[in-house]
Amino acid sequence: MSEDTVQVSLVVNGEPVTRTVPVRQHLVDFLRTDLGLTGSHLGCEHGVCGACSVRVDGRVVRGCLMLAAQADGAEVVTIEGLDDTGEIADLQAAFVSRNALQCGFCTPGMLMTAAELLAERQQRSREEIRTFLSGNYCRCTGFHAIVDAIETTLAKRLGR
Amino acid sequence: MKAPKFSYVRAESVEQVLELLERHGDDARILAGGQSLMPTLNMRLSQLRLLIDINRLQALAGISLQGNRVRIGALTRHVEVANSALVAEHLPLIAEAMPHVAHVAVRNRGTFGGSIALADPAAEMPACVLALGATLVLQSVIGRREVAASDYFQGLYETARRPDELLVEALIPVPRVSSVSVFKELAQRHGDFAIAGVAFHLEIDAGIVADARLVYFGSESKPTLARGASSAIVGRSIDDTSSAAAASALDADLSPMSSPHGSSRMRLHLQRVLTRRALAMAAERARPA
Repeated sequence: MSEDTVQVSLVVNGEPVTRTVPVRQHLVDFLRTDLGLTGSHLGCEHGVCGACSVRVDGRVVRGCLMLAAQADGAEVVTIEGLDDTGEIADLQAAFVSRNALQCGFCTPGMLMTAAELLAERQQRSREEIRTFLSGNYCRCTGFHAIVDAIETTLAKRLGR
Repeated sequence: MKAPKFSYVRAESVEQVLELLERHGDDARILAGGQSLMPTLNMRLSQLRLLIDINRLQALAGISLQGNRVRIGALTRHVEVANSALVAEHLPLIAEAMPHVAHVAVRNRGTFGGSIALADPAAEMPACVLALGATLVLQSVIGRREVAASDYFQGLYETARRPDELLVEALIPVPRVSSVSVFKELAQRHGDFAIAGVAFHLEIDAGIVADARLVYFGSESKPTLARGASSAIVGRSIDDTSSAAAASALDADLSPMSSPHGSSRMRLHLQRVLTRRALAMAAERARPA
């Protein structure tokens, strides 16, 4: 039938990676422990908090709700990769200037999710931004400054 | 926590899945989007010997118009349903429900069929397929069989699917032009599990309700077609009196579950409130522009 481990080949932040992983290991444990990419955080480990958000094949997903085994053939981008490409440099600057983080635990997930909203390049109300972020928990800021930062970045990108 | 040990097969064909289900039955579990299964594995609430990953099976994904029915493959992700022009045009009930399905990251991964196969009582898609009179297609090594949504949902997480069967697609009749649908739900926070919700599908002819399928979810152990409330509105125009009649018929139609999110009585109250709001919206939508 099947083994306890499986070989996976995927692209992580632009680099091809081949590893043998336990079949029960989820994607974020693989990224953190096997690849040392500790920017993706593990909060609840059951899909509620959003701290583990990563981009898989172009879309933001819960890294704890996907097995590493399932990432075979996938293109994965973590917060480290997103930072490297400069795709969200403006958003990161806005997070700093609006004080959109305190402890920073949720921030990688917030940025991953906000990156998807920004990439859609649609005008969004504050309420819509909040709805888009509803799957990401921040327990420090009360979200206000996070919404400020995203709203400001979106407005700049849309040239308003 | 971390998932317990299990065996894992990355299925390469539907036939392979059916053979594995035939051999392992209840000891095997299908991994589609994994947005409900993975949490229960991580929390060790699920015990299984074999996980069958169907994510490679593109034959199970996709949305198409087949005659007068829309076929939604079981592996179609929520985000694809949400972005589908075909769904927006022909199945406005599902299009309206989609933003309520969890959160962005979950919709990007979770599947239409997975939601129906699990039959979570708070899930939106089971209620929609029931309201729209859909047919669900189950496949095993023996062959395919079609089950009406009204026969499919049998109880709390209980469906007509046998352990050797795979849900492969939903076939949803394209509603008539004269039909109107409304979807509403109440949750404590956007994207959370519904504590009460409605999926209404009505045929309205010259202001008179010719047919109504009023489906309730979130409060009941399974998506529930409220027969009393539905017939209370048929043959009448939608106004305060007929809406009140439908809302009070819910006493006999529903038996809401109690939970920390709301008592049975409170949920019944919320379903009545949603009934009046949704019927008012249906009347508005039915009015010629």
